[in-house]
Amino acid sequence: MNPGPTTPAFSRRQFLRDGLRLSAVAGAAGLAGAMAGRTQAQTTVWQIDPAKCVRCGNCATKCVLEQSAVKCVHAFDICGYCQLCTGYFEPEPNELTTAAENQQCPTAAIKRTFVEDPYYEYEIDENLCIGCAKCVEGCTRFGNGSLYLQIRHDRCLNCNECAIARTCPGDAFRRVPVTHPYLLKTDTH
Amino acid sequence: MRRLRPSLWLFLLATSGAVAAEHRFPPPEFEAGHKLPITTTPEARALAWQYVDLAVLLGALGLALWLIYRRRSRRGVMWLSIFSLGYFGFYRNGCICAIGTIQNLALGIFDRSYALPLTVLGFFLAPLVVALFGGRAFCAAVCPHGALQDLVLVKPVKVPGWLEHSLGLVPFLFLGAGAAFAATGSAFIICRYDPFVPLFRLSGSMSLIGLGAAFVLVGLFVGRPYCRFLCPYGALLRLAGLVSKWRVRVTPDYCTQCKLCEHACPYGAMREPVAAPTHPEPPARQRRRLAWLLLVLPLAVGGGALVGRQLAPLAARMHPTVALAELYTEHLSSPKKFPPMTPEALSLERAEADPKALLAAAADLRGRFGIASTWFGAWVGLVIVIKLIALSLRPARTDYEPDRGACVACARCFESCPNERVRRGLLPPEALPPRPLPAAPVAMKKA
Ligand code: SF4
Ligand code: SF4
Ligand code: SF4
Ligand code: SF4
Repeated sequence: MNPGPTTPAFSRRQFLRDGLRLSAVAGAAGLAGAMAGRTQAQTTVWQIDPAKCVRCGNCATKCVLEQSAVKCVHAFDICGYCQLCTGYFEPEPNELTTAAENQQCPTAAIKRTFVEDPYYEYEIDENLCIGCAKCVEGCTRFGNGSLYLQIRHDRCLNCNECAIARTCPGDAFRRVPVTHPYLLKTDTH
Repeated sequence: MRRLRPSLWLFLLATSGAVAAEHRFPPPEFEAGHKLPITTTPEARALAWQYVDLAVLLGALGLALWLIYRRRSRRGVMWLSIFSLGYFGFYRNGCICAIGTIQNLALGIFDRSYALPLTVLGFFLAPLVVALFGGRAFCAAVCPHGALQDLVLVKPVKVPGWLEHSLGLVPFLFLGAGAAFAATGSAFIICRYDPFVPLFRLSGSMSLIGLGAAFVLVGLFVGRPYCRFLCPYGALLRLAGLVSKWRVRVTPDYCTQCKLCEHACPYGAMREPVAAPTHPEPPARQRRRLAWLLLVLPLAVGGGALVGRQLAPLAARMHPTVALAELYTEHLSSPKKFPPMTPEALSLERAEADPKALLAAAADLRGRFGIASTWFGAWVGLVIVIKLIALSLRPARTDYEPDRGACVACARCFESCPNERVRRGLLPPEALPPRPLPAAPVAMKKA
């Protein structure tokens, strides 16, 4: 029942096979050796470079997940806590209230809370955010740029080839080491 | 001053540059000492788990070998398949998988800026090295794609030989194309058109889910359609299987020529006995055939390379940078109008910001594509000629045996063999036809 040696009738074939197998094993070892210097013990994950994102909206629709793994994140230390947040409000809002028709966000994922006159805090509800970048566009163009998109790694499947990356008009996606999985904006004042 | 009037908005719209500097407003000065919330950064799946995946792969490969060669148990192979489908398929979402690692490796070899993760190299090498010694144990019960197709098979039909042989070339071409596109850094087409990963994830574009469903439907009647007619890693494993040290043997003793195993194999991998030619080919004809081959091989490879070279500009368009450069040059000759803020308009904007760099990058990529598609064309020529050679060889065989390359070691045939049934005590030894006379060349059972 064990695989046994073949009969002498096949010995030439057997010889050829042994030779080919030996060279294949040597090839595999050679490949491993040649690549050894270029491998890394770490793995990588995908991330968006906020400096390159042009807020096209693909992030909301092109992810392989039903609910995109890309979400808006807020760099609170950059935020101006503006009363008229250009990320939160539509251009020319009727009034500065939280009514849905005044908001940029299609899913009302941004929570606006009063802190003290004249400051308001804006927080993202990730379960609602679809990563459409509408708020990011408003904040980047007219505000402090504290709202920006990041792949959230608790959601991302880390596809071998990120489906959004290949359609990103800003060429903003890149592989980053898993130990530093975010490209965060921080205060530079 | 932070209380902007809505009317100010228009003013802002008019004055702000396209991507002006940010930090337009000073940070707030809270009197009540409000504390800023912290931007959370959920961790990615820890690195250690990648090594756990690798360990599971190695363990499953070892177990598969044991089940196939020692236990000879279809049931064991099936249970291991179910486990692999659950773990590598539905739990790990089909990613990481050995099939896709071909591309990471190609990218790693040709792009110095891409450092190949060690676990990915492990996933690429382990099943191959195992196949070099013990055949396609990976396909038998470890690969989630194979497991899925193996488990949904209900009523296998036989694929006609000509179709099997011609479609059987596709995996090799897909392998070449996948490696070429990955080496040029343009796309991971093996992952992109993978039919099963969207099913494992239960999400993805409708067209891909439809493709997966179509493969499953076909797979109800045609054994492992993806493995046999598309899988590029299977192509590598097939080559490894051809030279493997051990192989799957149906009978534990001698072959009774009952043909039962041929019917048991749903993958068309069983080969029937071939009598040794009664009149061996005269040496003159053998020499002539060799001369022909030596002539045809370089012609096919060279011709393929030439055709491949012609296809380079077409293939280069798969690279987003080349595609953008082409859009940009088109736009220069006949200006294009895209609605603002659409991905097209925005990428054109990026092209216009630094056209020189873009065009230079595209030119460089086109050069790489020229080389890659030349190689790809040569590869296609080589594959076709080698297939023809393989078809023209008819090695003598006295017994029914699985083809080393095509056999995925699913272990279905074992139980069909009357000799195996005797071994398991399911049949009395008297039920068997007598052992063939020693005069006949017995190819089996030496151990
Ligand atoms: S696809 Fe790219 S440019 Fe578009 S929103 Fe996402 S990161 Fe930004
Ligand atoms: S506007 Fe879009 S990106 Fe911003 S919070 Fe809402 S859904 Fe998220
Ligand atoms: S890697 Fe996959 S899951 Fe993550 S953002 Fe990209 S497409 Fe979505
Ligand atoms: S042929 Fe490919 S898909 Fe099929 S089991 Fe083998 S590796 Fe998996």
